[in-house]
Amino acid sequence: MGRNGECGVFLAFSAHPSLLIRESQRMELTLNLDALSSQLVIGLSRTMILFIVSAGLSFVLGVLRVPNVAHGSLYMIGAFTAYTIMAALGNNLAGFWLALLLAPLVVALVGLIVERGLLSHLYQREHLMLILFTFAIGLILNDLVKFAWGAEYRSVMPPEILEGSLTLFGLAIPRYNLFLLVSGPIVAVGLWLFATKTKIGKISRAAAVDRDMVGVLGINVSWVFAASFVIGCYLAGLGGALVAPTLSITLGMDHTVIIETFLIVTIGGLGNIWGAMIGSLIFGVGQSMGLLILPQYAVVFPYAAVVIVLLLRPTGLLKSVW
Amino acid sequence: MLEVDGIHTYYGLSHILFGVSLRVEKGQIVCLLGRNGAGKTTTMKSIIGLVRPKQGTIRFKGDEVVGKAPYTLARKGIGYVPDERKIFADLTVGENLEIAERKARNGVGWDRARVYEVFPVLKTIESRRGGYLSGGEQRMLAIGRALMGNPEFLILDEPMEGLAPLMVRLIEEQILRLRETGLTVLMTEQNVASALRLSDHSYVIDDGHIRFQGTVEELKANDEVRRKYLLV
Ligand SMILES: Nc1ncnc2c1ncn2[C@@H]1O[C@H](COP(=O)(O)OP(=O)(O)OP(=O)(O)O)[C@@H](O)[C@H]1O
Ligand SMILES: [Mg+2]
Repeated sequence: MGRNGECGVFLAFSAHPSLLIRESQRMELTLNLDALSSQLVIGLSRTMILFIVSAGLSFVLGVLRVPNVAHGSLYMIGAFTAYTIMAALGNNLAGFWLALLLAPLVVALVGLIVERGLLSHLYQREHLMLILFTFAIGLILNDLVKFAWGAEYRSVMPPEILEGSLTLFGLAIPRYNLFLLVSGPIVAVGLWLFATKTKIGKISRAAAVDRDMVGVLGINVSWVFAASFVIGCYLAGLGGALVAPTLSITLGMDHTVIIETFLIVTIGGLGNIWGAMIGSLIFGVGQSMGLLILPQYAVVFPYAAVVIVLLLRPTGLLKSVW
Repeated sequence: MLEVDGIHTYYGLSHILFGVSLRVEKGQIVCLLGRNGAGKTTTMKSIIGLVRPKQGTIRFKGDEVVGKAPYTLARKGIGYVPDERKIFADLTVGENLEIAERKARNGVGWDRARVYEVFPVLKTIESRRGGYLSGGEQRMLAIGRALMGNPEFLILDEPMEGLAPLMVRLIEEQILRLRETGLTVLMTEQNVASALRLSDHSYVIDDGHIRFQGTVEELKANDEVRRKYLLV
C-alpha cells in the first residue's frame, strides 16, 4: 500500500515535467517559500481530484448506504475513456472538453447498468455482502479495462492552452494545476446546489436518513437510489478524466484512489460532502507538505492524520449521516 | 373504501396480529383503540405496506394491496402519519412539505400555502430544520406533509400524543374540517376521549385480536370492554 501511495504521488507529477518540479529539483528542495508554495499548489491539485472522487463515494455511501468498492475502477474507466477521446481528437481544446464531458457520462452509464442490473436487487443485504459484491464488480470492471485498453501505460497531454505555467504573485504555477484548483470548488458548489436546491437532491437527503418514510410519501425510492448511484459514478468518472493529463494511465491506478478515498470519507464523516473536502485536504496537502519535511516518510503523513482523527473523533470530523 | 380481512402479521418470529379485520367506509372517521403494545401501529403499518402480513387480505378501493410497496399505496391515495412522526431532521419545514407534494388528480389540491392556512405556525418556522421542532410542531408538520400528497384516505397514528389540550383541540378541529372536504380517516389514539369525540365507528384491539367493534355510542355504553381493554 505504501508503495502504491508513493507511486500515486510521484507518477502524478512526473509524467509531465512542465507541470511540476523536476526530479533533480526535488532533490534540492529546501524549506524555502517558493518550494513551499509550489508544493502547496501540487497538494491542492491532488486535493481537488481526491475531493471529486471521494464526494461521489461519500454520496453513494450517504444515500444508498452502499460502500462501493468498485468506485476506484470507475475512476480508472473515466481516465481511460478520457485518454481515448483526447488521443483520438488530438491535443486540442475541443478534444479535452469533449473528454471531460463524455468520459464521466460513459462512467455514469456503466453505473446505471450496474445499479439497475445488479445492485438494486441487493439493497436489503448487510454491508459485508455489499462490500464483497462491489469488490467483485470492481474486479470485473478491471478485467474489462484490461480487455479494452490493454496493460500498457498511456498518457495524454493537456490541451496547449493549459500547458506551461502562469506567473501569479511571482510564483510560476502550472496552468493545468490552476485549472484543477478551479474545478474542485465548482464541483463542490454544484453538488451543494444539487443537494439543497433541487427536489431530487432534497429527496435524496431525506432518503439517506429514512428511506421507508420517503416511500410512504409516494416516491419510488428505487429510482432515487439509481439516480444517486449514477451521480456518484459520474463524479468518479469526472475525477478520472481530470486526472488523465497529469499521470500515467494504467491498470492499477484504481488501488491508491480507492484506499485514499475510503479513508477520506471515513475521516470526513460518511455522506458529508464538506467532510470529503476536509479529508481530501488532509490527504492532498498532507502528502505534498510531507515531501518537503520528511520526503522518505511523506506517504505516511496522511495515514498518521487518519489515525489521529479516528482516535479523537471515531465518527469523522463532520456529521455523518449514518 | 378499506377492507382489512383476517391479517396475521409477524416481526421476525413473533406473531403480533391474529386475524385482524376492519372496514372503513368512504367519508368515515374510524378509530382503532387499545393499550400500549396492543397492535395498533402494526395494523397501520400492515395497511400502508411497511410490514407485510403473512396471511389475510387488504383491499383498498377494491384492489388487493398486500405485498404492494408503500409508494404505490401512497400513489393510490393513502396518506400516513406515523406515530414517531418521522420528520426529516436535515430538511427544513418547507422542504419536508415540498418533497411530499404530489399533484392532485383533479387539479386542485394541497400545496404549501394551503397547509400553512391550516397550521399557521408552520409558516412562521418554514426555514427551520425538522430536527429542531417541538413535539407539537412535528405533529402538525407530519399531518401537513401527509396532506401534501392529496390523500383520499388518511392514516393517523396517535396524532394527539403528548400534545397540550389546546393543541389537541386544534388538531381535532382540523381533522373534522378535513372530513368535510371528503377525506376518510383511520386513526389510533391513546386519548380515548378525543378519539371518541371525532369518530363515527370504533374498533378495540388487544393482544393482536379485535375485541370489539361498533359505533362510538355503543362503545360508550359498553363499560365492560372499556374497563377491560382501555382502562377507562
Ligand atoms: N419492529 C418490531 N420488532 C419486534 N416486535 C415489535 C416491533 N414493533 C412492535 N413490536 C411488538 O409488537 C407489539 C405491538 O406493537 P405496536 O407498535 O403495534 O403496538 P401499539 O398498539 O401501537 O402500541 P402503542 O400504543 O404503545 O403505540 C408489541 O408487543 C411490540 O413490542
Ligand atoms: Mg403505536
